[in-house]
Amino acid sequence: MATKPQDLDSLVGQTYRHGFVTDIDSDTVPPGIDEDVIRLISAKKGEPAFLLDWRLKSLRHWQTMREPHWAHVRYPPIDYQAISYYSAPKASSDGPKSLADVDPKLLATYDRLGVPLHERARLAGVAVDAVFDSVSVATTFKARLAEAGVIFCPFSDAVREHPALVEQYLGSVVPPTDNFFAALNSAVFTDGSFVYLPKGVRCPMELSTYFRINAAKTGQFERTLIIADEGSHVSYLEGCTAPMRDENQLHAAVVELVALADANIKYSTVQNWYPGDEHGVGGIYNFVTKRGECRGANSRISWTQVETGSAITWKYPSCVLIGDNSVGEFYSVAVANHYQQADTGTKMVHVGRNTRSTIVSKGISAGHAQNSYRGLVKVLASAEGARNYTQCDSLLMSDRCGAHTFPYIEVKNPTATVEHEATTSKIGEDQLFYCLQRGLSQEDAVNMIVSGFCKSVFKELPMEFAVEAQNLLAVSLEGAVG
Amino acid sequence: MSSIVKGDPILEIADLAVEVQGRRILDGVNLAVRAGEVHAIMGPNGAGKSTLSQLLAGRSGYEVKRGTVRYLGEDLLALPAEERARRGLFLGFQYPVEIPGVNNVYLLKAALNAQRRQHGLPEVDAFDFLGLVRDKMRLMQMDESFLSRGVNEGFSGGEKKRNEILQMLVLEPTLAILDETDSGLDIDALKVVASGVNSLRRDDRAVVLVTHYQRLLDHVVPDRVHVLVGGRILKSGDRNLALELERRGYDWVRHEASAA
Repeated sequence: MATKPQDLDSLVGQTYRHGFVTDIDSDTVPPGIDEDVIRLISAKKGEPAFLLDWRLKSLRHWQTMREPHWAHVRYPPIDYQAISYYSAPKASSDGPKSLADVDPKLLATYDRLGVPLHERARLAGVAVDAVFDSVSVATTFKARLAEAGVIFCPFSDAVREHPALVEQYLGSVVPPTDNFFAALNSAVFTDGSFVYLPKGVRCPMELSTYFRINAAKTGQFERTLIIADEGSHVSYLEGCTAPMRDENQLHAAVVELVALADANIKYSTVQNWYPGDEHGVGGIYNFVTKRGECRGANSRISWTQVETGSAITWKYPSCVLIGDNSVGEFYSVAVANHYQQADTGTKMVHVGRNTRSTIVSKGISAGHAQNSYRGLVKVLASAEGARNYTQCDSLLMSDRCGAHTFPYIEVKNPTATVEHEATTSKIGEDQLFYCLQRGLSQEDAVNMIVSGFCKSVFKELPMEFAVEAQNLLAVSLEGAVG
Repeated sequence: MSSIVKGDPILEIADLAVEVQGRRILDGVNLAVRAGEVHAIMGPNGAGKSTLSQLLAGRSGYEVKRGTVRYLGEDLLALPAEERARRGLFLGFQYPVEIPGVNNVYLLKAALNAQRRQHGLPEVDAFDFLGLVRDKMRLMQMDESFLSRGVNEGFSGGEKKRNEILQMLVLEPTLAILDETDSGLDIDALKVVASGVNSLRRDDRAVVLVTHYQRLLDHVVPDRVHVLVGGRILKSGDRNLALELERRGYDWVRHEASAA
């Protein structure tokens, strides 16, 4: 009859909007990894000896490790010798001195991505560090931040200008030996962002980094290090995109956060790496280690992530709650459509007394996607009075996708309170019909229902990015009900 | 819309036969509803009342085997559900769903704007809209807190039904089909719901009440009463038919029809 459901599958497959390639001369190291490549990268960046040593140690350790396969994802073997570990837009080999020195094509790329690199950034009140393939291109508002005493710069600049801070904190949260991908990153990381907030400073604006992989057959291995000294506050957002390519590209980043006493770090991610096409061809392999340490009393680290991209996601932003009364939070929306596979969640490790953690995870699966939540709540014997609340909801949008939950709870202190709630639901045909009967289009109805489902996470995002996240979600799921 | 005058045909169902998963649910339904009229469709469980309501509203999963349905002169079955709604066909659900995290007002505003766009009208101003909703809420004796709650989220059965009527009053449909809106209501709530329905009655609109019981009809007096049994309308009459059904049940209608 005429009211037969629309051919929903035909609606699936909204084109990836960021899938363009920028035609720019790149200085790319030939594929492969060995000590010579590491030395070459380090030399290109003019690094001090301690960092080269650190990289070489990391490489040697990595060579003894095997790729982990415990995650609920399947992919063909990665040939680590076929990847190029360094790619930089050529003009920037001397490093751009100001926005005027940046290749206009690059700026145009960021324009298309909607990165507010120019004066628009001031209006948005956002300071942006843009990482293109392996190197940082421009950091806006350096001066205004410097006035406040905030250091926000490309990682390579930090190595040159603040080597003592880098040496003190690099690898102190995620050591090179932590896991296979962290070890690889430690050996080859090329750039990323560095943030330092001095004691008592409230960062005057949102800080933001946009990552983009452009060159073919390259990996991106950036490293972010944020140190919030006593009593300081910072909110940081990262956004990620990549061109559409048939081959898979590897992204193995490391993010380390350090919060000293009474410090507060809010780290938000809107991740939209190319997810592959509707047949599962191409897409980014996203193997990321993100961890924060609440080292001081009353400190707080909050992770908020909206993950819509990547062919494979392997990511567990975690908090180690060392300081008494410290707080860890994880708010996540993970969307997987087509043949995407996501294995993501968090670890909350309670060490100090009266430490608290909150986990809110919303997984949305559509098409043939597999979406897994993997979480660990660990309360050590020292964590008197620790509390955790976990809420883990899954929404299924087709008959062929899967939602999985792997919660681990280890409690060594009898005074701890740990709560876990989980739900799985299929997007209701009843809900959809209800909205259609009120005159909403199928797309608007799905968006409304999914946004409602994600509301408790979206409200944690900085206001200006909540809208972006909502739009991204709408694009990722267009016509995905089936 | 406003060009409709009393007595114009709103809904014309002719010889409608419908199957669900190979099972015949409606088997030759004929029904004509004109502007200005209130019709009641009554019948026992499983007679096909809800199938008829849902089919008219555009739910998928029904297979029309024969017959036609015209709405305002157009082939209703050729229109997708959202299109029917935008043209003024409203279904008051028997079991309104909860949509967690989606604000009541947000959905209602989106619904009204979808309809206004259809008629080439500008989107409603948020301030005016809130005024309109508050007026209707007062009529439905609904609490202010409703405005900030999720769609039917945590509502009692009675609250959900009131919410349906509230939505109807805001959207001002040309044809309102109310599917067992009276079930599960206590007598006070029933009166509130009935007054809501009565306030919608107008010469250019029509209402179809689908119900088991005649008690709603004490408060919303229908022009026509139809008895749907075994997928067919076996008998039609005025409001006295509803009273007779209340007294005698449905079996006699069935017998009378098979004797005929």
